[in-house]
Amino acid sequence: MNAFSPDITFDLATSPLRDLNEALHKTSGESNARRWRVLNPEGRHAVAVGIDAPVTVEIDGNVGYYCAGMNQNASVIIHGNAGQGVAENMMSGFVRVCGDASQSAGATGHGGLLVVDGNASARCGISMKGIDIVVKGSIGHMSAFMGQSGSLIVFGDAGEALGDSLYEAKLFVRGTVKSLGADCIAKELRDEHKALLAQKLEAAGVAPGSVDLSEFKRYGSARKLYNFHVDNADAY
Amino acid sequence: MTAHDSKGPAHALPQTLPRFSATFDPHTLSEIRRAAATGIYDIRGGGTKRKLPHFDDLLFLGASMSRYPLEGYREKCGTEVVLGNRFAKKPIYLKTPVTIAGMSFGALSAQAKEALGRGASIVGTSTTTGDGGMTPEERGQSQTLVYQYLPSRYGMNPVDLRKADAIEVVIGQGAKPGGGGMLLGQKISDRVAAMRNLPKGIDQRSACRHPDWTGPDDLEIKIQELREITDWEKPIYVKVGACRPYYDIALAVKAGADVVVLDGMQGGTAATQEVFIEQVGIPILSAIRPAVQALQDLGMHRKVQLIVSGGIRTGADVAKALALGADAVAIGTAALVALGDNDPHWQAEYEALGTTAGAYDDWHEGRDPAGITTQDPELAARLDPVKAGRRLANYLSVMTLEAQTIARACGKSHLHNLEPEDLVALTVEAAAMAGVPLAGTQWIPGKTGGY
Ligand SMILES: Cc1cc2nc3c(=O)[nH]c(=O)nc-3n(C[C@H](O)[C@H](O)[C@H](O)COP(=O)(O)O)c2cc1C
Repeated sequence: MNAFSPDITFDLATSPLRDLNEALHKTSGESNARRWRVLNPEGRHAVAVGIDAPVTVEIDGNVGYYCAGMNQNASVIIHGNAGQGVAENMMSGFVRVCGDASQSAGATGHGGLLVVDGNASARCGISMKGIDIVVKGSIGHMSAFMGQSGSLIVFGDAGEALGDSLYEAKLFVRGTVKSLGADCIAKELRDEHKALLAQKLEAAGVAPGSVDLSEFKRYGSARKLYNFHVDNADAY
Repeated sequence: MTAHDSKGPAHALPQTLPRFSATFDPHTLSEIRRAAATGIYDIRGGGTKRKLPHFDDLLFLGASMSRYPLEGYREKCGTEVVLGNRFAKKPIYLKTPVTIAGMSFGALSAQAKEALGRGASIVGTSTTTGDGGMTPEERGQSQTLVYQYLPSRYGMNPVDLRKADAIEVVIGQGAKPGGGGMLLGQKISDRVAAMRNLPKGIDQRSACRHPDWTGPDDLEIKIQELREITDWEKPIYVKVGACRPYYDIALAVKAGADVVVLDGMQGGTAATQEVFIEQVGIPILSAIRPAVQALQDLGMHRKVQLIVSGGIRTGADVAKALALGADAVAIGTAALVALGDNDPHWQAEYEALGTTAGAYDDWHEGRDPAGITTQDPELAARLDPVKAGRRLANYLSVMTLEAQTIARACGKSHLHNLEPEDLVALTVEAAAMAGVPLAGTQWIPGKTGGY
């Protein structure tokens, strides 16, 4: 698999999920056990949720809903696919899905970085509040719905209604966008945005120069729906 | 019709009085004119203002020949309640079944939130956060604090989640089942904007659906996640607006709730469309029996606790809700009134806002003279959280005493021993909705057939 040598190996085929999460909650920055490996997740829900310690958790296999939910400070790497709401409401730290992610990836995240090597489904980054999300494949419909802040960077295409009712989240898509949602518009990609992209991609482990930043298009809020106006009634 | 006659008024033709239409009554006319002038629906706070079948339509049958009462003040009538002992390691213990409902910081001032915490803590009951997150003031002053998990997830974070005593997953509210939150620009101050991570001064509409789950099967997994994050310590409540109570409560139980909160259409809100408040949902009176039936059918009555709300004002309302099968109640509007909302003391200022004390409901505008539903620092400073908290505590004590008075009269040594058999209805509607007989008859419409 990889060259990671764990301090603790946890096999979910033989130990209950409850024990794993409880043990993870008991670790702190001072613990010796900094590197964890989880075997046989077999699509279980709520794997490695609510961690608040600078540990690394590598999960060998597919996970169900809400893996790494509300993560703080930890790095959680999923060597497989992730179900609905991976890294939901993440506060800080790093979550990587080596396969594909289901819908609502990174939903309501306040901080940290989520990287999806494959595709993410519908509502990727819904209600995002500061998280950065990098998807190397494509994303589904209604992504970044009501996105408040943070950035969503997509190497592939975006589905329908991207950025509907967007607040201040920044969206970058390299491929095509099937349609934009209400109040989301294409915006000019200036140098400051390229610098932001370069910085986020570097954090995501993308080799500098391997992606041509000028291929991205930027999308953001037109800010027309920020205060109600009767002439915008069609958009409500 | 004018008919002037030289012979004077004695010979004037009789005139009919000006007559307002019952359909196009003055309020309706004013609303049509307002809509025509502005192009936007009416937004307001509070609950339904129209008359609905309610607890007033029920009466208690005190003790008589066949049952004996308990002595007031001498024989004990218990009021304590345990919430959330189905799965949680740390259930909630309250001294009175009257709890404070979720009301957001943003809708309410920080002082008002603090006062709610103080008042609730004095009498040993819980208070609840709202859309917008937990403030240090309310956590600090609330002995037992329920943390709401709402679709918007404003201010939601694991640190506060761990500080909470219980978690309430909000699916809906009685004032607006199916609707999201609304906080208009006037109330998005710097502090509110920062807590919600939004630009200052925008009209903020919270989502009506949760962003990462839909439906009861997903909810079950969401509840599992929340339990895992908090190590199965905290009770998990599920709050629904009353619409299809039998099915909603059954599904909440199936999804793993420890406690279900059922909010009737009279329930207050910080702000929403008037049409929503008055036209969507059902009265709490009609919702309790189906909810209790669902719990009973699942063998879960008293195991998953039922908290009901929506227009609860007195100890009599509390006693009636409990007699119909609820374990506890929650109050919103009444708690705000106890703090000082709509107090005649501010009459001149209410008039300046084009209203009058008791009718003020433009809470979304943030200009509340009583300093409760506002973010204006000068207005908010009018509310002394210590004194207001004391008033709330007094009021909660009165409600509890009133409920005990009724329970003793019915011969009950605990409020939870009240039962539907202690009640009769004054109207056919209330009899049908509450499933108790019309007073003086044995007739429960829809149940016994009867005459
Ligand atoms: C000012 C105000 C703010 C409210 N904010 C919330 C909220 O944030 N979340 C929620 O679930 N309910 C909210 N509610 C509804 C209450 O939790 C509760 O359901 C309702 O007030 C109960 O009815 P009552 O006002 O007739 O007692 C709010 C109500 C009021 C009056």
